[in-house]
Amino acid sequence: MKNPQLNKNGELQHLLTIDGLSANIVRHILDTAESFLNVAEREVKKVPLLRGKAIFNLFFEPSTRTRTTFEIAAKRLSADVINLNVSASSASKGETLLDTVDNLTAMQADMFVVRHGQSGAAHLIARHVAPHIHVVNAGDGRHAHPTQALLDMFTIRHFKQEFHNLRVAIVGDVLHSRVARSQIHALSILGVPEIRVIAPKTLLPAEVERMGVHVYHDMRQGLKDVDVVIMLRLQNERMRGALLPSAQEYFKYYGLTLDKLALAKPDAIVMHPGPMNRGVEIDSDVADGVQSVILSQVTFGIAVRMAVMSILAGSHAA
Amino acid sequence: MKIHIQNGRLIDPKNQIDAQHDIYIAAGKISAIGVAPEGFVANRVIDASGLIVCPGLIDLSARLREPGYEYMATLESEMDAAVAGGVTSLVCPPDTDPPLDEPGLVEMLKFRAKSLNQARVFPLGALTQKLEGQRITEMAELRDAGCIGFSQADAPLQDTQVLWRAMQYAATFDFTVWLRPQDAYLAKGGVAHDGEVASRLGLPAIPASAETIAIGTILALARDTGARIHLCRLSTRTGVAMVRAAKEEGLPVTCDVAIHHAHLSEMDIGYFDTNCHLIPPLRSSRDRDALRQGLQDGTVDALCSDHAPVDDDAKLLPFGEAEAGATGLELLLPLTLKWAEEAGVPLATAIAKLTTEPARILGLNNGSLTVGQPADLCLFDPQRYWKVEPRSLKSSGKNTPYQGVELRGKVRVTLVDGHVVYETD
Repeated sequence: MKNPQLNKNGELQHLLTIDGLSANIVRHILDTAESFLNVAEREVKKVPLLRGKAIFNLFFEPSTRTRTTFEIAAKRLSADVINLNVSASSASKGETLLDTVDNLTAMQADMFVVRHGQSGAAHLIARHVAPHIHVVNAGDGRHAHPTQALLDMFTIRHFKQEFHNLRVAIVGDVLHSRVARSQIHALSILGVPEIRVIAPKTLLPAEVERMGVHVYHDMRQGLKDVDVVIMLRLQNERMRGALLPSAQEYFKYYGLTLDKLALAKPDAIVMHPGPMNRGVEIDSDVADGVQSVILSQVTFGIAVRMAVMSILAGSHAA
Repeated sequence: MKIHIQNGRLIDPKNQIDAQHDIYIAAGKISAIGVAPEGFVANRVIDASGLIVCPGLIDLSARLREPGYEYMATLESEMDAAVAGGVTSLVCPPDTDPPLDEPGLVEMLKFRAKSLNQARVFPLGALTQKLEGQRITEMAELRDAGCIGFSQADAPLQDTQVLWRAMQYAATFDFTVWLRPQDAYLAKGGVAHDGEVASRLGLPAIPASAETIAIGTILALARDTGARIHLCRLSTRTGVAMVRAAKEEGLPVTCDVAIHHAHLSEMDIGYFDTNCHLIPPLRSSRDRDALRQGLQDGTVDALCSDHAPVDDDAKLLPFGEAEAGATGLELLLPLTLKWAEEAGVPLATAIAKLTTEPARILGLNNGSLTVGQPADLCLFDPQRYWKVEPRSLKSSGKNTPYQGVELRGKVRVTLVDGHVVYETD
C-alpha cells in the first residue's frame, strides 16, 4: 500500500501521521527545527522561506495553542496565513469537508493545516487535493497529531540528547488521545527501548501492546525509573460515567504528584501537551515544578512547525 | 418461447448434478434435462460451451434503496445489477424510508419490482413498527402482502421484552425472524472492529462481544419461543462457534455471511478506505478464517452480497462519517468462486451457498434445476476475468473494496421464468 504522505521521490508531501515515517525523516525535521530556534531571538523574527505562499489554517475543532503556534510559525516563514474556524461557518451550513477544501483551493491555497474531529480527515483531504498542495494534520479525531509528537521528541532530545537509552511513560487517556498514538510511533521510530503506557483499562485501546508498548495499570510501578513522564489531558466528559467514576478517584490513582514523580529517575522530565487540568491529571506542584518542561514544549512547537512547513513546501510535487 | 441450452456444464447441488447436459425450457419452466422432450422445437438455442449452467442465484440481502433512498440507487438500476450478477431472487431488508412496516408499502414494492420483469424480490417486513424496536408490526398482514420473513435490519432492538414477544408472535404463524446480531449499547458509535487497526487509526470500535452477546440473547429466546431464526451476516469467530453449538442442539437456526467478510479483514481498511466501512465491521483475520471454516463445514448456510449501493459523496467523508456498505450484487458470484478456489471447496458446494441453501432458508422450491420448476438460470464463464470499475457495474453503487481488481467468473446469460433477462458477450 502506497504511503499517502510521501511523493514518488520518497519526500514528505504531506504530514498526516508519524506512523510509517523513517527515522531519517523524523531526525531531519528535528534538525531543521533546531536551525529555526534562534529565529525567535532575532530582531526581525522572520525568514523568507515561504514568502508568497498562502497557508490556510483549517480548524474544524476549537484550538488556541496549536492554531496560534502554527500561525506564528507560518508568519515567521513569511507566508500569508489565513485562519478559518470552520466549525462556526461552512460546516453548520451543511457544506462537506471536501467542498470547503475545494473552495479554498480556488483561492490559491498552497498548504492546509487541518484539525478535524474525525479520524482520517487529513488523509481524506490529502487524497483529494491537487499535487502541488500540502496538507499538515494538526489533529484528526483520535488518530494522529504528528506535529505535537514531533515537538515532544524535540523537547526530549533537547533535555535528554539521546533516545536509545530512555524509558518513557505515557500516562492517562490513551484511548481517546491522538497525541499518545503519535508519540508512541515517534518514540519507537527514534529507538526508545522502553515505552510504557499507564492507565486504567477503560482508557486503553484494544491490543495497544501491538503498538510496541508495555502496559501498566499501577502508576507507581509504571513510573519507576523512567526518564520521561508524559501526561495526557483527561477531557471533562470522560471524568464521570462508564469510563471513570470521578475526577477525584482518577487523580488519586493516575494523577501526577511530587510523591509519585519521586519514583521516576531524579532527573526525569515531565511533559504535557496541554491544556492541563490541574488537580485532575497533574498536580500544580509538578506542573510548575523544576522537572516540568511544559512551557518549553510550547516554545519548541513553533520551531518544529516551521520545520515541517518549510520541508513540505520544499518538496517537489509528485 | 422454447429455449434449448446446449453444451453447458450443469451444476445443481440440490439434485447432485455436475455434468454436461443440455437443458430444455418451455412455458417458463424446465421441461427436460439431458434428452429433449418429444417434439421439442426450440425458438432459441443458447450455446453454453465452456459455461457453467446453474440455478439462478438467491441473494439473502440486497438493498434496492426504494422507497426513500432513490438518490443512492433505484429499483431499475439495482434490478439490472442483480440479473447482471446472475441473481434471480433477492431478499431485501426493510431498512427503506419509510421502513417496510405496512402492507401497502410491501405491495407497492412487489408491484414495482414485478413490473420490471427481472429478478424476483422477496421483501422482509419490519419486525417492529418504524423499526423503532417498541411495537411489533402486523406480521400476518405483511406476510399476506408478500413478506417472506421479519427483520429489524440494522436498527437497534434494545428491549428484550419486545424481542421476546416479537419472536413468540412470529412463531405463532411459523414466520422466520431475521436478525443481525448486535448489542445496541456495545455497538453505539463504533465504526470498526475493536482491535489492532481501530486502535492504530483511532476509530471508535465495536467489540466482538457486541455480536456474541446478541447471539446469546437470541438463542435463549429462540429456545423459549420456538421461533425459527435466521442470523444475518455473522462476523466473529465466537459467533460461528455459538451457531455451530445451537445447530447441534437442534435449534431451528440458520445463518449467512456477507461475501466481503469471507475475504477481507480489518487490515483492509488501510489508510481509512471508506469502501471498507461495512456493517458489521470487518474483523480480525482469525475471525475471517473462522467464517470461512464455518462456510466449509456447513455451520454457515449461505453467502449473501449484503448489497448496499452508496453514492460517491457519502463515501467521500472521513471514515466515521461515511455511509457504510459496499455494492455486491455483481461481485457475489466471482467472490464466491474466489473463496471456493482458495479454500479448495468443490464448485457445487460453493454454488449451493448461493442457490440450494438460501432456497431452503426461505422455504422456496426454486434454487435448483428440477423439471417442472420455473426456469431461473445463471450461465457463467468460470474462467473469464473482468475488471471491477465503475463502468463495468450496472448498480448505481460503485462503492467496493475491489475497485480496480480483476475477478474471475463472468455471468453471460440470466434467465428468470424462462425469459432471458440478461445477456452479454
